[in-house]
Amino acid sequence: MFLDASGSAPMTNRTLEAFHAGLADGWADPARLHTESRRARQLLDASREAIAEALGARPEHTHLAHSPHAGLERATAGIFAARRGRDRIVASAVERDATMHAAHHVAAGDLTMVPVDARGHVDLDAFAAELAVPDVALAAVQHANHEIGTVQRLDRVAEATTAARVPLLVDATASIGHGPAPQHWDALVANPADWGGPAGLGIVALRPHTRWLPAWPEGDDWAPGGVLVPAVLAAAVALQERREVLDETSLRLHRMIARVRDAAAGWPGVDVVGDPDERLPHVLTFSCLYVDGEALLSRLDREGVAVGSGSACTTSTLEPSRVLAAVGALSHGNVRLGLHPGVTDADIDRLLDLLPRVIADLRDEAGAPEIA
Amino acid sequence: MTGDDAAAGSGGHVTVDATGMLCPLPIIELAKAARGLAAGTEVTVIATDVAARVDVPAWARMTGNEFVGEKKTDGAGMALTVRLR
Repeated sequence: MFLDASGSAPMTNRTLEAFHAGLADGWADPARLHTESRRARQLLDASREAIAEALGARPEHTHLAHSPHAGLERATAGIFAARRGRDRIVASAVERDATMHAAHHVAAGDLTMVPVDARGHVDLDAFAAELAVPDVALAAVQHANHEIGTVQRLDRVAEATTAARVPLLVDATASIGHGPAPQHWDALVANPADWGGPAGLGIVALRPHTRWLPAWPEGDDWAPGGVLVPAVLAAAVALQERREVLDETSLRLHRMIARVRDAAAGWPGVDVVGDPDERLPHVLTFSCLYVDGEALLSRLDREGVAVGSGSACTTSTLEPSRVLAAVGALSHGNVRLGLHPGVTDADIDRLLDLLPRVIADLRDEAGAPEIA
Repeated sequence: MTGDDAAAGSGGHVTVDATGMLCPLPIIELAKAARGLAAGTEVTVIATDVAARVDVPAWARMTGNEFVGEKKTDGAGMALTVRLR
């Protein structure tokens, strides 16, 4: 069973069929002038319009990028370039690496990270205080965190950015397709793979008033070389499919995560992270004292259970998740769950049966002390 | 690799050398060293694994002990101290 769907959810049959139909009908280069290309162009435009509508954005201000990572980079660079004379970026401490790296790069290191509380909510007073200094080009605050699930209070965040007249970049790559789209943003980035569309595509929506300049050589082209038209079609169909049953799915997954949260909180030496209420319906992370995260993932994988982790030993840099560090959570023995709509109560039963045994086994093997 | 955790000083201070160990080993060694020690004893973990900076304070919170602070060491590592309760 696949419980690591945050960021890359399995595609449904309907989405796969749309992808295949897109390959059959939308294979031509949409930039050319013949009939085949016009058909591809129509598919591309209709798909982008559908995605824009779901985001509450205008199609003409909705851009496609080669990945959510590239979308975050280009949105950051493009907006920054239009804010001459203001050269600092303010971001919450739990933004994605893509946002942090882009901000660090374009602002030449002039990046201020605003701390979050133990549940992952950005410190609004500290955030407003940073914006009060008139050198801020851009503020970046995510809608919801992809690791711990905490949803930011964007209405309050936007009050501060509006008062300071600073554009607000909202990373919604973990939230679109799982609940209502956020309303408070000047630029929004979404990830189709997170809602069950294909990987290799990012969406950037801008408000009509949001100024940007091409900080790259290709002018107003946000995806040089073009995007895969069938992927955009499949992304639009996948989002449509999610939205048709959004409330029901969201409620069901929210309850499943609540079950795991409650159970895990009762296991000895387990640190359950994030806001229990103001959160994504389908995401949960918790850390297990004295457990090696990599061993835990491997053991679960051998049992046919796929989960994620933010522990240092599971990352390419051997550094623990910056998000776990920012909220003061235990970083080793970390388990990250991302449920997709196909997960059943029986899957959760099995997980809750398996996990305490695996955790206890690994502690025994490591010679860990008893937990009082 | 177990450090000098047996060498409790007269001031109630124990040092655990977890240099070179990766998570979760520094925390396991910390917990082993802390077992049976009197309340008020300070335990310092010397670690090179960056995760220890996050995990020693988290361990203290989860086990009802108190994180005192972090200092740099002469070498590449850091010294993280907790006070037992």
